[in-house]
Amino acid sequence: MKVLLRNPRRELEIEGPMVADVLLRRLDINPETVLIICDGTLVPRDTRLSDDAEVELRPVISGGAA
Amino acid sequence: MKCRRCRQPAVIDLRRHNAAFCSDCFLHHCREQVRRAISEFSMFGPEDRILVAVSGGKDSLALWHLLRELGYSADGLYIGLGIGGYSEESEIRTRAFADDHGLTLRVISLPEDHGYDVETAAQRTRRAPCGACGLSKRHLFNRAALDGGYDVVATGHNLDDEAAVLLGNVLHWEPGYLGRQYPVLPATEGFARKVKPLVRLGEREMAAYCVLLGIEYQVEECPMAEGNRHLGYKEVLNDLEARSPGSKAAFLASFFSRGHEFFRDAAGGEQEALHGCVECGSPTTGEVCAFCALRARVVGDTPVTIGRKD
Repeated sequence: MKVLLRNPRRELEIEGPMVADVLLRRLDINPETVLIICDGTLVPRDTRLSDDAEVELRPVISGGAA
Repeated sequence: MKCRRCRQPAVIDLRRHNAAFCSDCFLHHCREQVRRAISEFSMFGPEDRILVAVSGGKDSLALWHLLRELGYSADGLYIGLGIGGYSEESEIRTRAFADDHGLTLRVISLPEDHGYDVETAAQRTRRAPCGACGLSKRHLFNRAALDGGYDVVATGHNLDDEAAVLLGNVLHWEPGYLGRQYPVLPATEGFARKVKPLVRLGEREMAAYCVLLGIEYQVEECPMAEGNRHLGYKEVLNDLEARSPGSKAAFLASFFSRGHEFFRDAAGGEQEALHGCVECGSPTTGEVCAFCALRARVVGDTPVTIGRKD
């Protein structure tokens, strides 16, 4: 599957299928800090991501505190 | 996962609530959390005119949308900070949102209207950019609310933002800052009422709200914010949250319900000594307010001290 990460923006190719929670653990990403968007649709972390899926792990953390 | 409310397939899981929601029920959850925050802290009523501080990011656009969904009268104010392509895209997102939803948007440009941008201010003041940015925004939002006859300024600070600020204030035991950290700050002479209706919702929820409604927000991080203290505090809190879901919400809610009262008196210490800034009339303890001092020093070239030290 194709995995899009941001800040900095980059793409990874990872073999699927794989449960989203496992993908996050493999990439060492805290599930509190991202949304999982599979083929343009928001999905929960128990979703099975197929090998041909396009997955965006969109960060949700903003830095400004003012 | 199934939706907790309707048992349809879920689109998002919220470990803090030990629940998952489908799209419709998640949007209902967000509206309900904002409605409860407004009610719990007596933020404003249906007759009040609200000025929403919008940045083009997920929180402020979601807040604006939620307030309108709940039937409130809310206009937006965007402040262009002059942070290159980041600011340009943020303004495009904000204008598009306002146009798409038929909302009234006011726009102020720091470079065009006040002669400086955030990066220049940071360089001239030898401080982190977030200090100059926050000072400028707080002043201009307040000024715009008073001049425009708004009853209240609403900002998109969410549960994560406030928990991170609280952690910072506790780490430094800052009684004044702890006293002022509350979801509603009442209006005083020269200051509009300020509210934070997203205080019961985390930033993951706000991003999901935008994604589900197709709200196009600025996804990229502000390039000036990289490495700032609050990002570090959020990282610590999210590590804790991963081990113990609900920790962030409990930390913040407990402070509001049981801790804040002990610091309330420390918040108003300077109130009696305030008088009008000779430049703009805003309340200040000095001859000129912090914003006018900043602007004068940045547009000129004399270093100035602003905010608190790291």
